[in-house]
Amino acid sequence: MSILINRNSRVITQGITGKTGQYHTRTSRDYAEGRTCFVGGVNPNRAGQDFEGLPIFGTVREAKERTGANVSVIYVPPPFAAAAIDEAVDADLDLVICITEGIPVRDMINTRDRMRGKRTLLLGPNCPGVITPGELKIGIMPGHIHKQGPIGVVSRSGTLTYEAVGQLTELGLGQSTAVGIGGDPVNGLKHIDVMRMFNDDPATEAVIMIGEIGGSDEEEAARWVKDNMKKPVVGFIAGVTAPPGKRMGHAGAIISGGKGTAQEKLAIMESCGIKVTRNPAEMGKLLKSVL
Amino acid sequence: MNIHEYQAKELLRRYGVTTPRGHVAFTVDEAVAAAQTLGGPVWVVKAQIHAGGRGKGGGVKLARSIDEVRTHAQAILGMQLITHQTSAEGQKVRRLWVEEGADIRKELYLGMVVDRGTQRVCLMASSEGGMDIEEVAAHTPELIHKVFIDPRTGLSDADCDRVATAIGVPVASLEGARAAFRGLYNLFVECDASLAEINPLVLAGDGRVIALDGKLNFDDNALFRHPDIAALRDLDEEDPAEIEAMKHGLNYISLDGDIGCLVNGAGLAMATMDVIKLYGGSPANFLDVGGGATTEKVTEAFKIMLARPGLAAILVNIFGGIMKCDTIAEGVVAAAREVRLGVPLVVRMKGTNEDLGKKILADSGLPIIAANNMAEAGERVVAAARAGS
Repeated sequence: MSILINRNSRVITQGITGKTGQYHTRTSRDYAEGRTCFVGGVNPNRAGQDFEGLPIFGTVREAKERTGANVSVIYVPPPFAAAAIDEAVDADLDLVICITEGIPVRDMINTRDRMRGKRTLLLGPNCPGVITPGELKIGIMPGHIHKQGPIGVVSRSGTLTYEAVGQLTELGLGQSTAVGIGGDPVNGLKHIDVMRMFNDDPATEAVIMIGEIGGSDEEEAARWVKDNMKKPVVGFIAGVTAPPGKRMGHAGAIISGGKGTAQEKLAIMESCGIKVTRNPAEMGKLLKSVL
Repeated sequence: MNIHEYQAKELLRRYGVTTPRGHVAFTVDEAVAAAQTLGGPVWVVKAQIHAGGRGKGGGVKLARSIDEVRTHAQAILGMQLITHQTSAEGQKVRRLWVEEGADIRKELYLGMVVDRGTQRVCLMASSEGGMDIEEVAAHTPELIHKVFIDPRTGLSDADCDRVATAIGVPVASLEGARAAFRGLYNLFVECDASLAEINPLVLAGDGRVIALDGKLNFDDNALFRHPDIAALRDLDEEDPAEIEAMKHGLNYISLDGDIGCLVNGAGLAMATMDVIKLYGGSPANFLDVGGGATTEKVTEAFKIMLARPGLAAILVNIFGGIMKCDTIAEGVVAAAREVRLGVPLVVRMKGTNEDLGKKILADSGLPIIAANNMAEAGERVVAAARAGS
């Protein structure tokens, strides 16, 4: 078992003809059961053509009807990415994963508003994607550092997630699913949503939650964990040294009005029974200690 | 991206928000001419820098005669204005805004941000104008009134009137308050603002509702839609190192410490800064080279870090995913040769093509200190920085 994706997922790539979309579709297909799971791509101007044998369709709806796809991954450039999400939501897919970084916040406000009452889940934008080791990788993460196992990983960052996964794998701890929720201020699934899924997933025995400065996502997840979580959770928050008022790379990583500091998040997580470390080199070890 | 007060007021006027009449001035003579054009009897001479807290720092002065306008302009133009938002050296004043004095009856606060929880634009208003909203939020949160605005229907008259009444706007001025609220919201949405503040928004003696100050911040990711706003960028207000980095597609922020760090990915870059601190050092910068770094980009990144006076050491921390370790290694070697590295360099590499990357570094003959994990990297770079200084 796993969360969000598994070997039965059927995936299309929106933006399959761009350089990024091509590269990551290729590496994702080459991972585990990707050949079976990736079933097509979308580009309105290239309908009828193919990418390395994957058929290209004009619309998401058509791709879904013709291939049975239930998941899409988006590599469309920022000015058009929100519209690509809208299209996938309108086609009633189960899950949309938006890798694109740099989407205007206003576009995401409108897209999220359109999603109210719809059943489609959104992961991202500005995220590395999601991987269920040994089954399916959808996104830009390096597949080879992962290993099948019982640890759930959820994070707002890309390479910092790889760091955590790398540490876990080195300690012999595999992952059930590793989820990057992305670094944007207005996004889809949040820590709390992913935490709920891990709680319900029989294959997940413990969870590592990685956050960063800005917003109050981690605090909300921590409070939920305190009241509901049946499995141990450990955490790390990046940005103890980040100055207030400066955006640290991610659009959402900013301490504003004294809110969203790493210290505050760590304190609340600890008070909710989550073991935290202030040393990112020890994320793996910390998780091992709670098993 | 930030803009100046006078530019914000120009935009606000375009969206129907009342502001005092005024003119921008780059010289003392222009300031005097501006005052003469406006006519008296009272003028306000305001330093134009991006930082807040200008009044307390001596950057905002009231003038009751043309001579006083001249005196204040002379004093403020060219001064290093120090506020709680500037660095310790302050920010040099290069522009003035001269405006007509206002007959202030009451000072209010109006602000807008994107609320991450509701994923909507949030209007905040308070009767406590002129104060930092953070202060008000900390001590008297009940005085802050909010509307989470539905993007489909926008700001309704009922919402405007409810909030305006709550912050003490009299019935006679409700129309003016609506114009201010609605104008700011329309501007916020249409111009892709990320933060907007009118503090204070004042009730004038004649009942008008006037924006006495204006602070606007824009979503960098949406500037491609607004070339007119992008053109308002004032590079004098920004860190030259950050501007240089931006030209090369690097995400760089100057910090106070003496250990430079070059990392791929924003989260890992923050975590690397944290590790340096954890081992007793202090990071000189945040630097995310991104997923598509080339040898040239890495070289530029080294140049920017090394240009910083007092730099004691550099830590390179790479977790190769899309980014291959050998690409970074080649960049590091090329950069170290080109810029004559005068400080110790610690490199930690992991992930895609890790062995190849390590071999390139070892074969280069450069005095690079290798580290196997983040803890070692932090420990070694702090030790190296101490040994060198």
